[in-house]
Amino acid sequence: MEFFTISLLNGVSYGLLLFMLSAGLTLIFSMMGVLNFAHASFYMLGAYLAFQVSEWTNFWVAFLVAPVLVAILGGLFERVVLRKTHKFGHVAELLVTFGLSFVILELVQLIWGRTPVDYKVPAALEGSLFNLYSSSFPVYRAFMMLVAFGMLGSLFLILKKTRIGLVIQAALTHPETTEALGHNVPQVFALVFAGGCALAALAGVIGGNAFITEPGMAQAVGAIIFVVVVVGGMGSLAGALIASLVIGVGQTFAVGLDWSFIGGLQSLGIEVTPETFGYPVWKLKISQVAPILPYLLLVVMLVVRPKGIMGTRDE
Amino acid sequence: MSSTLKPLHFKPLNGVRIVVWSAFALVLLVMPLAAQSSFALTLLCLTGIAAMACMSYNMLLGQAGMLSFGHAVYTGLGSFVAIHAMNKIGGGWWLPMWLIPLVGGFAGLAFGALLGFVTTRKAGTPFSMITLGVGELVFAAALMFPEFFGGEAGINSNRTGGAGWFKDLGLTFGPQIQVYYLIAIYLFVCTGAMYAFTQTPLGRIANAVRDNAERAEFVGYDTRWVRYLIVMVSSFFAGVAGGLTAINVEAATADLLHGVRSGGYLLFTFLGGVGFFFGPIIGAVLLVFALVVLSEFTKAWQLYVGIIFLIMVVFAPGGFSALIMLNLRRVKYGEWRKMRWPYAGMFVTGLIALWGFAAVVEMAYQVQVAAGSGSALTVARIPLDSANAASWALAVAVLIVGGIAFEVSRRKFRRVWNAGEERIAEAIKKAEAAIV
Repeated sequence: MEFFTISLLNGVSYGLLLFMLSAGLTLIFSMMGVLNFAHASFYMLGAYLAFQVSEWTNFWVAFLVAPVLVAILGGLFERVVLRKTHKFGHVAELLVTFGLSFVILELVQLIWGRTPVDYKVPAALEGSLFNLYSSSFPVYRAFMMLVAFGMLGSLFLILKKTRIGLVIQAALTHPETTEALGHNVPQVFALVFAGGCALAALAGVIGGNAFITEPGMAQAVGAIIFVVVVVGGMGSLAGALIASLVIGVGQTFAVGLDWSFIGGLQSLGIEVTPETFGYPVWKLKISQVAPILPYLLLVVMLVVRPKGIMGTRDE
Repeated sequence: MSSTLKPLHFKPLNGVRIVVWSAFALVLLVMPLAAQSSFALTLLCLTGIAAMACMSYNMLLGQAGMLSFGHAVYTGLGSFVAIHAMNKIGGGWWLPMWLIPLVGGFAGLAFGALLGFVTTRKAGTPFSMITLGVGELVFAAALMFPEFFGGEAGINSNRTGGAGWFKDLGLTFGPQIQVYYLIAIYLFVCTGAMYAFTQTPLGRIANAVRDNAERAEFVGYDTRWVRYLIVMVSSFFAGVAGGLTAINVEAATADLLHGVRSGGYLLFTFLGGVGFFFGPIIGAVLLVFALVVLSEFTKAWQLYVGIIFLIMVVFAPGGFSALIMLNLRRVKYGEWRKMRWPYAGMFVTGLIALWGFAAVVEMAYQVQVAAGSGSALTVARIPLDSANAASWALAVAVLIVGGIAFEVSRRKFRRVWNAGEERIAEAIKKAEAAIV
């Protein structure tokens, strides 16, 4: 019970963090058809900038300033570089963001070094929120969930209830018509790109100190958020939410379990020894398999349902 | 067009092809004679293998328009199977060592058939994302099964084992020069096979699927099946490259499968140029140059490569091979003369700006990464001191002045270039009109 509750809470908070990352990616993809390969790099940039700003001032200033800074950088990149490659098609757009991820990684190492930086949770949010038997649930995890829900709610309100949200939704499906009605669609694109980058940066601000702020952090989540977007269904926000939670909770549970096939087979009365065929597979513990679970989910999903959980396009 | 149409005949061997391929064979043959040191020979071996890997990658990207982030999976798994086969040979299996690259190739083919079944479920951008995921899956799984992949240390082998007729003639693969010629022969044969493949119906349909998948589907082709076949063929050649790697370094480690390696294939294949069959060979030369030579000069080489890549994607999406072809076209139409001064201007201002940029980057690296070894450094023989404000001011000033000058000369260059393009288009139109 104790393991279950704590794992569930940790898993949900990790899943929500994944969603904050994949929401921006999904929005940019469904609107511009551009897969932003550098999305996780903006997440990393958010964490590093938050570290730097909180060194100069404090965490709360960084919490507000870092996403804005990253949004400006993202918007500039869209304006100056990405827009120029639009005429060459989606492959060129993907390549240019791939190149950007390289450059951001190198610049981060150039400015902040190759070792992790000391980006800490603010003192006000340290400590545990409640204790369950012998395990404790940190306040900061609850704060992360709160921020994620707040972001989710405001994203929903902006997209559904405001005028700019209406224009964004229109430009998503009918860019030409929207343009004919007098809206500046390229500017809406730049806005969405900047907004998506800001979401990634916000995830970096609250994820950087919960986990670890180091040059490898972008690569660690980069592939997983791609899995989230494919499994959830290309371009579906709701699907991305479900997939993030499934992966977050699943991975958190898996890390804590040391079941293996041997155990399962033994309880069925089958004896497995090192001589049995496929022993290296049977002896693996679930906790050892945890890092590849998202990718296994991807493979299974593609075989069973290629369009993803909430996807509509079956290409 | 003439009024009577001549029937078309299939003539795979024409004059130009015979010249080009003979020249290629000759270059492969005499390269080691030019290489005086064993280091140069090692570079040649690496370049040959990289050329094979990049060309197999271009089968996906250039021929079928599939941007894969997981190509190292096939080269790497080819290496691992090959290294196990080499160990079996050492243990008494009857298999001549020179067939090992084929073992790698068939391993690549098998894994292409297995993993390609999943990755080719989707086309376009989702395909890229899935290949990235599958690449991560294979890399993580490799660390999970130390029995096969040897864990962090990897697996070692020995290329001098085994028997066979060649062995009796002294072909032991002990000396590096024998390995080089093995690589050269495989490279020549596989390049020929890959070129022939582009001319087959399947190779042509791959182009159609790249250019317009919807139309290809309407004509009656199953685009998914085409993608699947292309992935399998490409994986075969990637596996051959992996098998050659196994022979060349006599070891295989898990980082052969890493995403960084896949990214490298993508990056350098693109830099070489995806639009021309020989483009990836240029890419392979650049890859080995960057990985071995440039990384000796500077710790920040990945930053330079990344920025060059960004510039190329935006301004020259055809890569270096397209740049060469475009300039050859200028020469052909007598337009190159007008380009000399704009080129010179851009070159000189570019060098100045590059020096300023490199100075800033190298000083920052000195402060950040190599602080232990003092603050003095030289950039292109000009001494600088990263602890000295004057050095920083000089570097930044050169960067700004050089950058502005470069931008001015770039704009001038673009005007002259575009004017030339227009004249060439005009000339081509006139020539066509004259035929009719």
